[in-house]
Amino acid sequence: MKLRHLLFLVLGLAALGTGLFLFKWHVLGFPLDANRDADTWTVEARVALARATPGPVKATLQLPTAPPGFLIFDEQFISRGYGLTMDSDSVARRATWAVRRAQGDEALYYRATLFRGPAPAEPALSTAFPRVPELDEPYRSALQELVGRVRQESADIATFAAGTMRAVQGSESTVRLFLGNRPEPLARAELAIQVLHSARIPSQVIQALRLGDDRRDVPLEYWIMVHNGEQWLYFDSRDGSRGLPGNLLIWSWNADPVIQIEGARELGVSFSMRYTIEDALRVAELRAELKHPRVMEFSLLDLPLQTQSLFSILLMVPLGAFLVVILRNVVGISTFGTFMPVLVAMAFRETKLLTGLVLFLVIVSVGLSIRFYLERLRLLLVPRLAAILTVVVMLMGVVSVMSHRLGVEVGLSVALFPMVIIAMTIERMSIIWEERGPGEAIKEGVGTLIAAAVIYAVMIMPQVRYFVLVFPEILLVLLAAILLLGRYTGYRITELVRFRALAGGGK
Amino acid sequence: MIWRRRRALNAAGVMGINRRNSEFIMALNPRRNYPIVDNKLLTKELAIQHGVPVPALYGTIATPHEIRLLPTIVADTPDFVLKPAHGSQGDGIVVIVERRKGRYRTSGGRLLDPDVLDHHLTNALSGQFSLGGLPDKVMVEYRVRFDPIFDEVSFQGVPDIRVIVYRGFPMMCMVRLPTRQSDGKANLHQGAVGAGIDIATGRTLPAVGVGNIVLDEHPDTGATISGRLIPDWKQVLQMAARCYELSGLGYLGVDIVLDAERGPLLLELNARPGLNVQIANQDGLRRRVKMLDPLAERSHTPEERVALARDLARHGFRDARAA
Repeated sequence: MKLRHLLFLVLGLAALGTGLFLFKWHVLGFPLDANRDADTWTVEARVALARATPGPVKATLQLPTAPPGFLIFDEQFISRGYGLTMDSDSVARRATWAVRRAQGDEALYYRATLFRGPAPAEPALSTAFPRVPELDEPYRSALQELVGRVRQESADIATFAAGTMRAVQGSESTVRLFLGNRPEPLARAELAIQVLHSARIPSQVIQALRLGDDRRDVPLEYWIMVHNGEQWLYFDSRDGSRGLPGNLLIWSWNADPVIQIEGARELGVSFSMRYTIEDALRVAELRAELKHPRVMEFSLLDLPLQTQSLFSILLMVPLGAFLVVILRNVVGISTFGTFMPVLVAMAFRETKLLTGLVLFLVIVSVGLSIRFYLERLRLLLVPRLAAILTVVVMLMGVVSVMSHRLGVEVGLSVALFPMVIIAMTIERMSIIWEERGPGEAIKEGVGTLIAAAVIYAVMIMPQVRYFVLVFPEILLVLLAAILLLGRYTGYRITELVRFRALAGGGK
Repeated sequence: MIWRRRRALNAAGVMGINRRNSEFIMALNPRRNYPIVDNKLLTKELAIQHGVPVPALYGTIATPHEIRLLPTIVADTPDFVLKPAHGSQGDGIVVIVERRKGRYRTSGGRLLDPDVLDHHLTNALSGQFSLGGLPDKVMVEYRVRFDPIFDEVSFQGVPDIRVIVYRGFPMMCMVRLPTRQSDGKANLHQGAVGAGIDIATGRTLPAVGVGNIVLDEHPDTGATISGRLIPDWKQVLQMAARCYELSGLGYLGVDIVLDAERGPLLLELNARPGLNVQIANQDGLRRRVKMLDPLAERSHTPEERVALARDLARHGFRDARAA
């Protein structure tokens, strides 16, 4: 009955812990190890406008909408004195700044912080077959000639589209006829669309921004998306190369000017950007905040940094305790005190293992010999403990000064040893030494150091530290394991040796 | 290799510490009864009530200034034993065999100045030997004059008999023989050797010493250990069985010494008896538990329990009816 109760509890805890962990890992995308970086860009659009006389001004900026491969997690609008309204439909978002009375040069800013994310679905653009454009001569025969030529050199929609893009880059008279004196890249892109539409291929000009590090005045590029009956293909309108590069941010799903200004002279829109490598964990956090704000309110990562680093140590203690349970109840190592190995291991964190071991041994053995000397003075128990404590602190001072003189900086970290723990160790060890002989005392001392070293080795693994801090719910699983070990009635490994004489017969 | 050994130990019914703690101590020994065994003064009091003979108590030292009273307490006797009331595993016990010119001679032959003894008493009173380091009292009691039965097989010190009493039934016994290495103490941790005792006959089995070596000769005296008949064996078992009623503990270690004049005397009780008794007997405890459990379902007097246990022991704790 009690066992079943325990099993239910254990299963419940383990399931809860694992469930939370899987949710954070899979759904929220928390990375499993620490050293993973996430690309992050800050993109800024600066709209400059000017008005000679005071009067109302309205500026509408197209904003990136569901750009494939990116997630927008922060947007800022900086515009002094302007009112801001947003409107959006399925394929476009627009911000409209408006002011009743403006004069002189004005600048409006839009800033977005993006990081790579799973590609969301493209906006639902029409994939219906377009109508063949109706044109007058000489445009009609010129277009037919272009279409014919491209068709000759292509096999399917993708190669036709690529061929179109290359063809419209030419400078022969047919192409020049269409371009006239309209602005260069857009005119060629629109010509490509005309060619594609003549072949009744669903296609669309889109505007995109090539992201890079610390770039200013980046021009928008015109890309052409073509539907091949199954999916949208993306082509660079300048050379017909296919596929979206990883750093291409689709700003607008149409060819309309990204900025439209009423009531003022447009001085242009310029884009600048900055690239930062953010901690993947931070990005995951922000992503989680976007998608599941409630979860993050209860995260340890929400604590101030200083508290976090404290917790990253604190969270190691259950892990150490778990290891002590295993080492004592399953392996059967005997140690001084139950959880002293954990405390010693935590001291090792600061001193590093080898130095820590050496310092610990030096201080304990010197302290032990002084304790034996004090024994001859016949002091009462509490004053004797106080005397040992004092001696331990002085020893730490001596070790620190000596190692500093010798230029060994690590010796300084000796002060981080919990001296009360050391004093108690010395006292306990000396009593065991007296009562049970040096063998037993040294056995327990070595057991303590072995346990501390094992715990330390686990504690300092950066993966483990990171893992426990980011997924503290794993402690529930640990708790389940500890509870389960609480009912372990099997032999300890050391007992297999201890009772070996009884294993022979098996009668 | 580990798994094979595990299986072999399981087959032999050997009890491990984890199982002892969870299935025996935690299940059978109510925490509230621990003071009875942890406080030897209380043990002694209850033992007298239950008709279990104990070494006579000469006096108690409870505070540091009572230490001066020691010579008065022991004025009538040259020899005595100082024992912390809450001591464990024999820690802090001093046995004085005689006094010479104001100095005390211990059982180990050392001569102690009174101030050395005073210091020891001070330490004991402040809790150096007690569980948890709490302030303690020191008992001054009768020094047992050992029955000569173990003289040949013990090096100085106190050979004592440990009886494991399971739900009132004497389940397994051993005699712990001090060696030079154990400094006259009957503590297996300190190097004493343990020899099992056949519950049915009261005869000793070969001893097992340090490192699980079976030795039938005492390491210091060279005398044969096995085959010695323990006097008053039935009385020893009945004393042990009675301790079940007095302590209310279902899994109990009873330590008994044999006095040359007064017969078996109860030294102390242990609520967490060790498992070395299995090595000394070359047998596992769990097998015997299985045999005793059905009997323990009905209540018996201590005398009946001893009779039943000896009956089982006669068949080597194997099911006689099935055979």
